[in-house]
Amino acid sequence: MSDDRFAQFTLSPGRRRRDRIARSAILAGTVIALIPLLLIVYYLLQKGLGSWSPSFFTTDPTGNTFFKHSSIGGIQSAILGTIEIVALASAISIPAGIGVAVWLVEYGRNSWFANAVRFFVDVLTGVPSIIFGLFIYIVLIVGTGSTYAGYKGSFALSLLMLPVVIRSAEVILLLVPGALRESALALGAPRWRVIFSIVLPTALPGMVTGVLLAIARAAGETAPLLFTAGATFKTSTNLGGFMNSLPVQIYNDVTSPTTSVVNRAWGAALTLVTMILVLNLIARLVAKRSRLA
Amino acid sequence: MEAASLPGGERSTLERSPLARLPDRALKYGLTLLAALILALIVYFFIRLVGEARPAFAKFGVFGFTFDKDWNVSAETFGALPLLIGTLITSALALLVGVPVAVATAIYITELCPGRVRAPVTALIELLAAVPSVVYGLWGIFFLAPKLQPAEQWLANRLSFIPFIGGGAVTIPNYFVAGLILAIMILPIVSAISREVMSTVPADHKEAALGLGATRWEMIRMAVLPYCRGGIIGGAMLGLGRALGETIAVAILIGDAPQLGKHLFGQGYSLAAVIANEFGEAQGLHRSALFAAGLVLFVLTLIVNAIARVVVVRAARTGAPNSPAQSAPPAIAGAAGV
Repeated sequence: MSDDRFAQFTLSPGRRRRDRIARSAILAGTVIALIPLLLIVYYLLQKGLGSWSPSFFTTDPTGNTFFKHSSIGGIQSAILGTIEIVALASAISIPAGIGVAVWLVEYGRNSWFANAVRFFVDVLTGVPSIIFGLFIYIVLIVGTGSTYAGYKGSFALSLLMLPVVIRSAEVILLLVPGALRESALALGAPRWRVIFSIVLPTALPGMVTGVLLAIARAAGETAPLLFTAGATFKTSTNLGGFMNSLPVQIYNDVTSPTTSVVNRAWGAALTLVTMILVLNLIARLVAKRSRLA
Repeated sequence: MEAASLPGGERSTLERSPLARLPDRALKYGLTLLAALILALIVYFFIRLVGEARPAFAKFGVFGFTFDKDWNVSAETFGALPLLIGTLITSALALLVGVPVAVATAIYITELCPGRVRAPVTALIELLAAVPSVVYGLWGIFFLAPKLQPAEQWLANRLSFIPFIGGGAVTIPNYFVAGLILAIMILPIVSAISREVMSTVPADHKEAALGLGATRWEMIRMAVLPYCRGGIIGGAMLGLGRALGETIAVAILIGDAPQLGKHLFGQGYSLAAVIANEFGEAQGLHRSALFAAGLVLFVLTLIVNAIARVVVVRAARTGAPNSPAQSAPPAIAGAAGV
């Protein structure tokens, strides 16, 4: 009797083996996926920390690549340039993106026009980042007959951020309970008061997450900046002129035959990754605090 | 009970004065205008891009430009076939390597891993998406490519009987390494979407499979994977869209040779990489040809992404009729954005 009962639960050796092989293959796949990450982090720390020094962050690159390490300069202009360009890009794309998301959720809803906007936003999500660079080049450089400038880089990055901001904000705004809106409207609040005093404050923490992730993505982009913001050595606070940035500086340094310049690229890469990771970490913490997301 | 007893007297009580309605109207029309503006902007950009690409298309013909195999800057002949092929080879390789690994991570995270490990593994996979493209290029060219070269050479020698893959000397930047880096880069998005879809598989289905005596793997194969097939394909297509348009890492790793590569381990070029490298010095017809290459790339990614969206949305809609699935399309779109 008891033997029979056990027999029901005994797997044939073939099935057991197949189960074991498949599960180990899945585990192996996961491990394989994590190996590049560990290697990248390891090499970034090993090579990047070696080139970090106080002067690395406080001097501009000199453009001098043929002499000894001390004369090639640091990455001050690249760090500040990235911060300035991304700040302006955020100032454009965050209000515009949240505005469109509010329109989609509060006014457009499921009208054909709102769905058309959603479709085009999805299209924007899939556009390769270098194409944004070409767009801005055509409109702001060919169109005006002028040359590269920091703010043009910001415009290119804001196009890249826009769909991320709109989509993430829309998801959060949809989570704001309809009862909150209805209560406010029933108390006699006009629509705009409902949006500004009820909907946006409720959605804010959740939207911060999406916004921070958009900023983190934009900060690492090289391609849209190559022929919009250009590249330069000097620290600049003038967004109307050429502006250096971390990704472009790394890209230019990678192709150098000089070891010390390549080391500067590693140092700059570690700096950039650290900045992006901090943004991601803050986004995660905010998301955890948010009641909606 | 009567209307007259309500405060507000003569005027209909719920009506606001026109002045009080002004901010409401302004907000509504302002936001509508903003949404319309973004739509108009995209259409305008596209028209201008076509305009800038026109000289190249006029000279070589749309078909001739796209499928001619000569890209020669000094002779002013521009055919995008080598670039197109480079883009397709590297992206195909990225899918071939990246998708199975990404699906494995998704299965591991949703079905197999112990609860304690789930959050850290998910976070680590997502961390791959936080590494900028240029850093992948830097790591690829100074670490991955040199370390892999002997293995690639061994493979090339062993497989020399297969045309295009075998034979030839392995160069440090080559199609294969570029494809491998792309595989790493598309991993987080394919994994995220697969996870998203796998989490919508009803527990009933899984429990039913286990209850009938299926092993874990049989449960995954028979209950989870068929249910998620559409979503996984859609995720892979979105990954393909990413891989096609990826610029800087490929520009560093593919080797800048604007000809049809002799073999998989040789140098080539891709549509996005050629724009990044040549645009700075390009003049006249050359620049127009680069815009045309951009347009070809743009249209290619549009088609791939459009198919991907349709597949993902349909998979989320038909695959899972119960409530958690209702939120799947926007959530997937959100994940795709990040």
